[in-house]
Amino acid sequence: MARGQLAPTPHDPDERGHFGPWGGRFMPEALIAAVDELAAFYEKARVDPEFLDEFARLLRDFAGRPSLLTEAPKFAAHAGGARVFLKREDLNHTGSHKINNVLGQALLTKRMGKKRVIAETGAGQHGVATATACALMGLDCVVYMGEVDTERQALNVARMRLLGAKVIPVKTGSRTLKDAINEALRDWVANVDDTHYLLGTAAGPHPFPVLVRDFHRIIGIEAREQILAKAGRLPDVVAACVGGGSNAIGIFHGFIDDPSVRLVGLEPGGDGIETSRHGATLTAGTPGSLHGAMSYVLQDSDGQIAEAHSISAGLDYPGVGPEHAFLKDSGRAEYRPVTDAQAMEAFALLSREEGIIPAVESAHALAGALVLGRELGPEGLILVNLSGRGDKDMDTAIKWFGLGVES
Amino acid sequence: MSRLEPVFSACRAEARAALIGYLPAGYPTLEGSKDVLRTMVSAGCDLVEVGLPFSDPVMDGVTIQRAAEQALRGGFRVRDLFGVVESVAEAGGRAVVMTYWNPVLAYGVDRFARDLAAAGGLGVITPDLVPDEGAAWIEATDAHDLDRIFLVAPSSTEERIDLTARSSRGFLYATSVMGVTGARDVVSSAAPALVKRVREHTDMPIGVGLGVRNGAQAAELAAFADGVIVGSAFVSAVRDDTVAALTTDLANGVRQAPAAV
Ligand SMILES: Cc1ncc(COP(=O)(O)O)c(C=O)c1O
Repeated sequence: MARGQLAPTPHDPDERGHFGPWGGRFMPEALIAAVDELAAFYEKARVDPEFLDEFARLLRDFAGRPSLLTEAPKFAAHAGGARVFLKREDLNHTGSHKINNVLGQALLTKRMGKKRVIAETGAGQHGVATATACALMGLDCVVYMGEVDTERQALNVARMRLLGAKVIPVKTGSRTLKDAINEALRDWVANVDDTHYLLGTAAGPHPFPVLVRDFHRIIGIEAREQILAKAGRLPDVVAACVGGGSNAIGIFHGFIDDPSVRLVGLEPGGDGIETSRHGATLTAGTPGSLHGAMSYVLQDSDGQIAEAHSISAGLDYPGVGPEHAFLKDSGRAEYRPVTDAQAMEAFALLSREEGIIPAVESAHALAGALVLGRELGPEGLILVNLSGRGDKDMDTAIKWFGLGVES
Repeated sequence: MSRLEPVFSACRAEARAALIGYLPAGYPTLEGSKDVLRTMVSAGCDLVEVGLPFSDPVMDGVTIQRAAEQALRGGFRVRDLFGVVESVAEAGGRAVVMTYWNPVLAYGVDRFARDLAAAGGLGVITPDLVPDEGAAWIEATDAHDLDRIFLVAPSSTEERIDLTARSSRGFLYATSVMGVTGARDVVSSAAPALVKRVREHTDMPIGVGLGVRNGAQAAELAAFADGVIVGSAFVSAVRDDTVAALTTDLANGVRQAPAAV
């Protein structure tokens, strides 16, 4: 692993976590001591050779890094003939990029001497990754998951339980990811002395957006080297799906200082952003504070947080990490919505053409690549972050495509 | 000078703590919340906290969550808050607002302070805004002469208690336990220690809340705090139609113990 993965960058926020007007800490005083402690431990760890070695070892020997870079020529034929490469985070242990962040934070948890870990999960991938790391490192694990999501991601609930985690279905509010985060925060306030909140995306109060990003920077570092080796040049576009924004920010950072590379985040467009049933926070949201940070938020004119809607449980979130808000405003990154229908079409296409079943989340990035490829034409070169695998989404696929047993 | 000073000095003159009762606006209905608050005032609350129902109340336990959900389902809008505050003032009561930060942002920070002051509100408690992020809020509350009440917790460091005390006006809200709102059987042992620490940083009145549900518990807190804050128990009392009786019990409670020095 590149030693510099966690090193401070010129893109870091100020000391209190502000990326321009975004980020910061909009949260109860009771938790400030805990995030201060976390920030202090992280600042030491990110330059500590021992921590870096241990993290690198886990990524290599446990998560299976580096992940592959795979060209997808038959899929690319549908993308205007542009070349398409897939960064295969789906091949990591536990099946998505989430494991990178989880291993990093679990190591920090041990350094802080905490014995109990709580997490929220939407699709269940972060919950599974967290349960896995806790099993590996001997930590108690409680995962909060919206009741709607425990139903649509039943397989992942079973995986978490098998790994020894306690899964608590959240029955308040919209009963999805946002409510799972609320419940995890309530648990954290009451148990902060012995508990680390292992947040699963690059959102929340400082220092989470920075440390989650940094634990995922390995994706971009590897991908940049790999695509230079395979294609002989930098890509024109790096495409990634954006829920809270962790896989996207991780791959974007590998290219953020390459001005020729466009960074494109694909948001869950649900039934379409002209309807109210979507989760396209950066495309259609307004500034607000949610779950500890200022960012774009889906909300009504009273500041009541809206329910997001997406076929993908992992993207079904009305907020987004603050660095993405900053990158949107600065113009360094662009964000586009992808509807459920477009995502499911790309989901089927990659499965049939390349023999790779993507996560429904990642299928949003693939759908974006189909459009971007047509815009770029045959000279184009696109790097897609394939953030996870689709095994967990078979129920969704069965319902969408009517894939029942034929009689 | 603080808008709430007269409340606390009157209680101090009677050598007792103030009783501070919380109710979400719009619960059980918009008109119903005005009725309940009037009862709370006439039965002995020295100050009421009018809660602004929010979709994502991370500092609230299930009782207040449900009440907020009910208010929002009933069509409560932020602009309705000011009428509720006005009705407290008209009934001779004193009101502050307790609100999460995002609705204030959405309404407009200065506009919120202006409209609340115009409605007769005396201050605002902000459970998810820390002074570090409060520059615009401090400016707006100064401009419209509203008290601003930040929170301290058992986990707060000395530096943070100091910052919070310097940034607050009116009183300081000490959360007596690490946890969310909700009535509890025992009053936390962390509360006296926290109040003692806070007093080394400020002479400002200190309100203690989280978990109080009866007069006996109120009396325990009143022995060392300047204000006893009761929330979830009032929400439950609305459901059981026992608001006047609860208020009387609590008002007796804060009169049982000598006020803090
Ligand atoms: C495979 C996969 N991709 C993407 C996401 C979205 O999260 P983020 O935007 O933080 O990468 C999830 C979340 O559950 C996921 O499971």
